[in-house]
Amino acid sequence: MAKPTRVTNSIRTLRFAHGEMTQAELADRIGVTRQTIIAIEQGRYSPSLETAFQIARVFQVPLDDVFGYPE
Amino acid sequence: MSSEEKHSWIYVVVGVLVPLVYFATVLSKVPGTDVATIDYVWPMLTAIGVGIGASIVLSIVAAIISPREAGKTDVRDKEINRRGEYVGFYVMSVAAIVPLGLAMAKAEHFWIANALYLAFVLAALASAVVKIVAYRRGF
Repeated sequence: MAKPTRVTNSIRTLRFAHGEMTQAELADRIGVTRQTIIAIEQGRYSPSLETAFQIARVFQVPLDDVFGYPE
Repeated sequence: MSSEEKHSWIYVVVGVLVPLVYFATVLSKVPGTDVATIDYVWPMLTAIGVGIGASIVLSIVAAIISPREAGKTDVRDKEINRRGEYVGFYVMSVAAIVPLGLAMAKAEHFWIANALYLAFVLAALASAVVKIVAYRRGF
């Protein structure tokens, strides 16, 4: 089944690089549900720009390090 | 499963079962009967009441079973809800043409009321199904 979004992300890698942060922990920090983090990680949901910036801020990296949009 | 997705599943289950029982009960009386004599008002009001009541009770049960997720909504839930309601509105708009036509054709109130109830049911089901698909497959 084709993924509904072409936006890719490195959230899983970044979570593990940041003390094995859990999905629930990340969700709490940016004020979304754990299911939304799961959906973003699996490429089933393109987050809003605001949510994307919030995720990048949690990991203290630029937006491009978290999300990509391949050709 | 998020609390909003659970609500959508509840609406689908209740939205199928309650109208199914209602239509099976009321429409079974139609063959060989003058529909003007069939008492559909109380059964329909009961079905609507049971549908609303069952949705509330099941939502409370779902919240008790997983209290951590209860009542939590976020931007994704809102977007999915908006998409579902949008589809539900279009289904309702199209389905409402039937009772409108029946009223113009001076059909029995029985048929107009039941067609309208069916339109509400179809709109609610379409809305809930679209939300579930969005939750499951993404968007």
